[in-house]
Amino acid sequence: MVTELDKVDVVTVGVGWTGGIIAAEAAKAGLNVMGLERGHERGTEDYQNVHDEYKYAIRYELMQNMSKETITFRNTRDQRALPMREMGSFLLGDNLGGAGTHWNGQTWRFLPYDFEIRSMTEEKYGEEKLKDDEGYRIQNWGITYDELEPYFDKFEKTAGISGEPNPLGGDRSDDYPTPPMIKTRSLKMFEEAANSMGYSPIMMPSANLSEAYENPDGQSIQACQYCAFCERFGCEYGAKSSPEVTVIPAARETGNFEVRPHSNVVEVMKDEDDDSKVTGVRFIDTQTGEEFFQPADVVVLTSYLFNNYKLLRVSEIGEQYDPETEEGTLGRNYCYQIFGGAVGFFDEQFNTFMGAGALGMAFDDFNGDNYDHSDLDFLHGGNMAITQTGARPIATNTTREGTPSWGAEFKKESIENYTRTLRVQAQCATLPHKNNYLDLDEEYTDAYDIPLVQLTYNFTDQDRSVQKYTIDRAAEVMEEMGANEIKKDTVVEDYDIVPYQSTHNTGGTVMGDDPEKSVVNNYLQHWDRDNLFVVGAGNFAHNGGYNPTATVGALAYRCAEGVIEYAEDNRRLE
Amino acid sequence: MAKEDQKEKKFSRRDFLKTTGVATGGIIGGSLLGGSVGMNLNSVMPAQEEETSQTEETGGEETGGNENPGRMFFHNDADFETISQAMERIFPEDDLGPGAIKLGVPYFLDMQLAGAYGNNTKEYMQAPFYEGETTQGYQSRLTRAELFTLGIKALNTESQNDFDNDFSSIEDGQKDEILTKFQDGDADLGIPRAAGKPEDFFRLLRSATLQGAYADPLYRGNRGMEGWKMKNFPGHQHAYIQQIDTDSFQEIEPQSLYGGK
Repeated sequence: MVTELDKVDVVTVGVGWTGGIIAAEAAKAGLNVMGLERGHERGTEDYQNVHDEYKYAIRYELMQNMSKETITFRNTRDQRALPMREMGSFLLGDNLGGAGTHWNGQTWRFLPYDFEIRSMTEEKYGEEKLKDDEGYRIQNWGITYDELEPYFDKFEKTAGISGEPNPLGGDRSDDYPTPPMIKTRSLKMFEEAANSMGYSPIMMPSANLSEAYENPDGQSIQACQYCAFCERFGCEYGAKSSPEVTVIPAARETGNFEVRPHSNVVEVMKDEDDDSKVTGVRFIDTQTGEEFFQPADVVVLTSYLFNNYKLLRVSEIGEQYDPETEEGTLGRNYCYQIFGGAVGFFDEQFNTFMGAGALGMAFDDFNGDNYDHSDLDFLHGGNMAITQTGARPIATNTTREGTPSWGAEFKKESIENYTRTLRVQAQCATLPHKNNYLDLDEEYTDAYDIPLVQLTYNFTDQDRSVQKYTIDRAAEVMEEMGANEIKKDTVVEDYDIVPYQSTHNTGGTVMGDDPEKSVVNNYLQHWDRDNLFVVGAGNFAHNGGYNPTATVGALAYRCAEGVIEYAEDNRRLE
Repeated sequence: MAKEDQKEKKFSRRDFLKTTGVATGGIIGGSLLGGSVGMNLNSVMPAQEEETSQTEETGGEETGGNENPGRMFFHNDADFETISQAMERIFPEDDLGPGAIKLGVPYFLDMQLAGAYGNNTKEYMQAPFYEGETTQGYQSRLTRAELFTLGIKALNTESQNDFDNDFSSIEDGQKDEILTKFQDGDADLGIPRAAGKPEDFFRLLRSATLQGAYADPLYRGNRGMEGWKMKNFPGHQHAYIQQIDTDSFQEIEPQSLYGGK
């Protein structure tokens, strides 16, 4: 039996950064918003004993319970997709705040080049450079950096981001709301080396705030204490901008917003009388097993990209992408990230155990199209950075090339190098390929008997080339920093779901100006269903050379504007 | 037991906050953390002095912790000895400091295998099971507890085959040869490879050893915080804001989450 609840103006599926932003903006505009969150409530008060590497970083305390839901994976279509049984390559967040709770806080705006990558590449290098014939499917996002700039600004002000201007980034309408974080010894070494090589290093824009800050919604974020437990942890000080300390309380204070925890949405309900509308969502209370129908004028999918994709697919909204015919758009343009880096070994000991998730310096001389690609066999690049996020002893066991992975020599090396190694790496863009996509698995199901999402993904020649190139550049910086010995990353072959790499998954529900190549328009409004919005990194038409959250936040503010406009006059947004 | 509970309570963070006269809300909302330069909470930490006196009262164990905290998973002494010896080879005692056994790592593993870790409660364990590509990760139906049980048995079978003795009785170099066979996937786990792989057992053995050496003493390994001391990791510190801009290396006495050793 399905119990029907009172209708609301807006329902968000998931309450993390995107759900929280939509909720805060819509609720402030007077709309009545319900946030359905499948996890539980939580906040700063729940992180009082959080400095526990084993519990949080190794055993994934804040992450999704894989016994209930995971994805299946294969590198290529001729393999059998198998479940990702243990968490590995990326960390799926859970509970109120989602991945916005356990993130590091590195808050970069994607480059102007990212949003118009196809037209800008074609104009400068010619169409051949896009390698359409090799299966790459590079496309514009249907929005420009300049159009998105006010929303970036808004997100940075909500989150209180600490930073300084980037000479190689897009134009800014305003400075960062708070000054950069404190520069450490290793950051200064990187800065000096980068400057002497002619690059333009800056302090990384950080959501671990350099000073206490009150945001435009009246929410307070505290000053970072550099305790070194950010990524995979919640902040016990309320000093890392996250949805629970910003947009969620802002939404709640309006009196127009309610979070309903333990509510797992399983279907978006289509309007049987109007094929351009949805009527609400069906969800299961994970504590009681009861089923509910939540009617809403507007439905916004604000969960992680796999789940946003899955809800559209199981609800049969939009057409699934087929890699053979390349028809359908749902599931296309899945991208990930690849890193090109080098480790330097020093005699000097560094305070590697101190830090903060977004304490770092970086330069963009090898990101986007900030350097000439005429003679290179790849496009784009990555943000080259050194970070001091706080090295922890279980996970940090750096050894020299050729050292065994266990035993006396390993012990000696890993202990000695814990405070004597630094790493520089580029976080590289990956570009879409027709063979990389999301689908629904035919064999495995989740705890509610709904099929798992199936990921077919492998790195491409483009990815390996950009990685190889940036490994060499990173090693040069390390040499300039005075390392005694340098260990370069190995160029990857196949994508491996086991080792942790990055929780920067993108695509599957991409935005664009062409319904033949995208799932949503540039207000993140679904092409087929006017009162359905889908927002998150799934909207990215490719993955850039940065962390995604600032761009996700900007898109959420854009989406919120669309939701509010739609609620006023119920029309397609253009 | 009652004494242990008291001790844990004494050093809980909540109590620390109480004794310093500020509730958590007070710290967060107040000027303490309000400015760009906060206060180093460690400088007012009263627990360290108390800890020293307490250790003296109780006779002062060299490495701290309980030498034999009891076992929840391993009910067979020989099995426990086998896995202890294997862990010691992964992380041996040397001139830098204690190895896995002195750090209590086998007891760490014992508690982990009895709980969520050993029973794979947070992993997707639904059938069907197929042998996958290495890029697809672990695909066995065996829980970690089951894999360790098989692995321990196989360590002894392999060393009986190669050296006519149980694993715990052979020479260090011979133990390493046996462990290498597991690492390389050349050992026989006693079941078909499609059902469970020796290299998966080895991977867990290695990772659990490092986890036990460096996890908070709360988990029964890292006794006396000796794992952290070797590595110069200060454990649970409230803040580094007062040292973060210093160029010189800071040696900081480690602190555990609940004051435990």
